[in-house]
Amino acid sequence: MKTLTDAWDWLTDSAHWAGDDGIWHRLTQHLVLTVVCLVISCLIALPVALVLGHLGKGGALAVNISNVGRAVPTFAVLVLLLLTPLGQYGEGPTVVALVLFAVPPLLTNAYVGMRGVDREVVRAARGMGMTGRQMLLRVEAPLALPMILTGVRIAAVQLVATATIAALAGGGGLGRIITAGFNLASTPQVVAGAVLVAVFALVVEGLFEIAERLAPAWARGRAGG
Amino acid sequence: MPHLTAVPGAPPPDDCLARNDWICGEYLSTRRHILVDAVVQHLQITLVAVAIALVIAVPLAVVARRWGWAAGPVLALTTVLYTIPSLAMFSLLLPAYGLSATLVVAGLVLYSLTLLVRNILAGLRAVPEETRQAARGMGYGPVRLLLTVELPLALPAAMAGLRIATVSAVSLVTVGAIVGYGGLGNLIYSGMNTYFKAQVLTASVLCVVIAIAADLLLLGAGRLLTPWTRASRG
Repeated sequence: MKTLTDAWDWLTDSAHWAGDDGIWHRLTQHLVLTVVCLVISCLIALPVALVLGHLGKGGALAVNISNVGRAVPTFAVLVLLLLTPLGQYGEGPTVVALVLFAVPPLLTNAYVGMRGVDREVVRAARGMGMTGRQMLLRVEAPLALPMILTGVRIAAVQLVATATIAALAGGGGLGRIITAGFNLASTPQVVAGAVLVAVFALVVEGLFEIAERLAPAWARGRAGG
Repeated sequence: MPHLTAVPGAPPPDDCLARNDWICGEYLSTRRHILVDAVVQHLQITLVAVAIALVIAVPLAVVARRWGWAAGPVLALTTVLYTIPSLAMFSLLLPAYGLSATLVVAGLVLYSLTLLVRNILAGLRAVPEETRQAARGMGYGPVRLLLTVELPLALPAAMAGLRIATVSAVSLVTVGAIVGYGGLGNLIYSGMNTYFKAQVLTASVLCVVIAIAADLLLLGAGRLLTPWTRASRG
């Protein structure tokens, strides 16, 4: 219990919120990293997944890439990138590593969603004289939306976690409060940093949960069927 | 670090360690015992964590299946645990376990538990009601029904969960380097601080090799344990 009250004291000390190592700055870094990398990952993964799903090609690749991603340690990739010439560019290694780990869930879920669209519906769309592009954008993509959004949600949570580990390899973000705490042998700071990271991750997950509940029925998780 | 072998006054040796190459046979031969120690620690932490998680997950899943009201809270709790990033999870356990291997094991148990409970529960739920009724009609009691009908039928789903949990655990052990018990992660961490490319690459590749080997091993074990799934396919 002593540690918890110490961690609380650390968190409520206004001196720990200001400055370059302060909580506000680290929180902003974490948020920017997560959002920017999520946008980049979506721009890379979703067009590829939608086109592959529409054509019905590259399925084995799209599905297995998630399994491969799981076997590769995030920390190892971060350090490997840091030791390449890319390491000279500040947050460069962090951004590349984050995108690398966010792409697989986006790709897999969007692809599975596209292939899960009822073939009868696709045939009906073709019968109505739709072109391939029209079918993709007006029929398949909207029907695959629940799965695509599930992928975005998994990717977002993954990004928050990876951005935390990036602190071990010198990246910015809330993880730096934890690593600094370890360097100072300050258990209260380590626990306070961990609480901040955990709350941040749960808020991201919670926001997606709320968005899913507020979404119209056809865009919701178990619709589409 | 790569220059440990240099003799004062003598010209520096021109080997791959001195050049700090990514791939270096010299590294493998001179630091073999360090690599073996790291691999052993990596395997020990993974095995202990996954084994403990399995022992806890099976009864939890059975309870959640039997009493419907328990499923909601169990699944909600596992989702919350799984959302917490690994570095934060290890840090939250610091007051309880200190800088120890137990801390890393405890963190990994929580993650593996999540994956296992979800998969075992899904497997138990997928057992057809007709099958259950047939067993009951043959006079099976609840315990015998669970042990000889429901759990075996849930085995394929459980094995799928076990594979994911094990592969994830192998990769997550590396983060344990923050408390000095990260197996190969320790080598990656120290290699980062000394800019030692061969060490970082070798340790990273070994991590992936361990993960793939564990996955294939469990895949094979799953096939041996569930011969009926193959019979129905072919």
